[in-house]
Amino acid sequence: MFELKERYDLVVVGGGPAGLAVAVQAYDRGIKDILIVERKEKLGGILGQCIHTGFGVQIFGEELSGPEYAENFVDMVKERNISVVCGATVLSINQDQSIVITGSKCGVRRIGCGALVLSMGCRERSRGAINVPGTRPSGVFTAGLAQRYINLEGYKMGKDVVILGSGDIGLIMARRLALEGINVRMVCEIESFTNGLTRNIVQCLEDFNIPLRLSHTVTMIHGKERLTGVTVAKVDENKKPIPGTEELVECDTLLLSVGLIPENELTRRAGIRIDPVTGGPVVNEHMQTSLPWVFACGNVVHVHDLVDYVTMESCRAGDAAANYIYKQLPRFREEIPTCSAGEVRYVVPQVITAGDDAEGDLTLYFRVKKPVTNAVIEVSCGDWVFYRGKKLKMIPGEMEQVLIKAELRDTFDAIYQENINKGKMKIDQGGLLVIKKDSQRKGAAKTELTVSVYPEEK
Amino acid sequence: MKEIKNFICITCPMGCPLTVEVEGEEILSVSGNSCARGLEYAKNEAVNPKRMLTTTVRVLGGDQPLVPVRTQVAVPKDKMMEYMGFINVQRVQAPVARDQEICVLPDCGISVIATSGVEAK
Repeated sequence: MFELKERYDLVVVGGGPAGLAVAVQAYDRGIKDILIVERKEKLGGILGQCIHTGFGVQIFGEELSGPEYAENFVDMVKERNISVVCGATVLSINQDQSIVITGSKCGVRRIGCGALVLSMGCRERSRGAINVPGTRPSGVFTAGLAQRYINLEGYKMGKDVVILGSGDIGLIMARRLALEGINVRMVCEIESFTNGLTRNIVQCLEDFNIPLRLSHTVTMIHGKERLTGVTVAKVDENKKPIPGTEELVECDTLLLSVGLIPENELTRRAGIRIDPVTGGPVVNEHMQTSLPWVFACGNVVHVHDLVDYVTMESCRAGDAAANYIYKQLPRFREEIPTCSAGEVRYVVPQVITAGDDAEGDLTLYFRVKKPVTNAVIEVSCGDWVFYRGKKLKMIPGEMEQVLIKAELRDTFDAIYQENINKGKMKIDQGGLLVIKKDSQRKGAAKTELTVSVYPEEK
Repeated sequence: MKEIKNFICITCPMGCPLTVEVEGEEILSVSGNSCARGLEYAKNEAVNPKRMLTTTVRVLGGDQPLVPVRTQVAVPKDKMMEYMGFINVQRVQAPVARDQEICVLPDCGISVIATSGVEAK
């Protein structure tokens, strides 16, 4: 029987890049009593099947493959002798600061924790989630499953392939299949723009002459035992198929790369607040959820474009969890929501802490809804503007960030307090040097920090 | 003979449309770039485009059937399919260590290395 203790200072749910970075960071902050719970038999998460390079430029200063990036962190966990239980899954998060886990090596166990970090990542949207009509033959896979078959298990899943969705996984798979001599007939994208990184469009599609059909989707799946083809149609601006544009494309395999869903069943059942846009828990800048002893980071919070950013976010979560255990992180109850405006789809953190304990620079992460050129990025609260910057181009495939300097933040807190106290607090004029009060803007909400992106006015 | 080549720049998210005028190996002009990095990318891409090649090699007697591999350095883009054919017929006996050389590509002498370890069964 696997030796498990009754309690750990820190329990990390998920041994992918997020969980590994949390454990290493917290350990290095002096929290030695850590348990990582991993569902699979091996640490490293999905990186093990991402055999292409492009990982680690920011964290390790070189371009690594997925397995190399993962192994670097697995080695760090091993060097620190951090406890790991593999083949075990978490059944519940309980209000008495414990979790229940079950696994072949450990049985069903209740484990107490000083702090808990959720780093379960996300899973793929499947055919059921996008409701493609037609028969139910074999040969329809999510792109990540196909990646597992070809890269880990050594199976080719077909000969003629259509890929639906131009997200990065779909593009990476297009190249991988083409390299293995499989005919990739086309990549269809329902949007009028691609969701993938530019380097992937160039190196995965253009290098192999794979056509990208923007504003096209699959409207029918054909075949009885095995897929024989799909109907592809052009869509209008409302993403509705245009009658008369249908075309039958013969293929034996359809790969779906139609988005990722943060895996939060556990989080929801614990009653932790979820952001309906990201599908992940609502967090503050410490990656702390609405349950103060529970933190979250990585793709379980919001889908990241680069694993390097997952690592950075997870280090912040590891730091914050350590601070919480050391009782240096107060149980903030005074929080200000952030919100999106213009072309911004979502903002993380969804709340920021306020009051005396809130300090330090604040980074806000966001994504745009569609490609924007010559854009103005603005962070504001009512008619107070905290940040205004320009960017030549922003695309939905890349995460954006803005930094709010600590001194501006103090002023923001003051404004917030003033709003709360209705004039009881005076704003220190000295703190307002870099802030512009925009007299044009009136009537906007005054207790939210709004991140907006809009095209620059000519 | 003069030739016009068009690419999308991948050095940053801007994705500038690049136009390069070449005559054989000689670059006559580059346009469409907004920065010096774009200029450099355009020159390399027009004359000698290279890519990192990543794939898998079958493992004999391992606890997993494949080992992920990559070329030590980027290889010429137009050689990728040829090299894939060469790598695909390779077999390696477990155990395999990370960074272990699996094979050497013909002509160019570039090593293909394992990017993960595989233990013996």
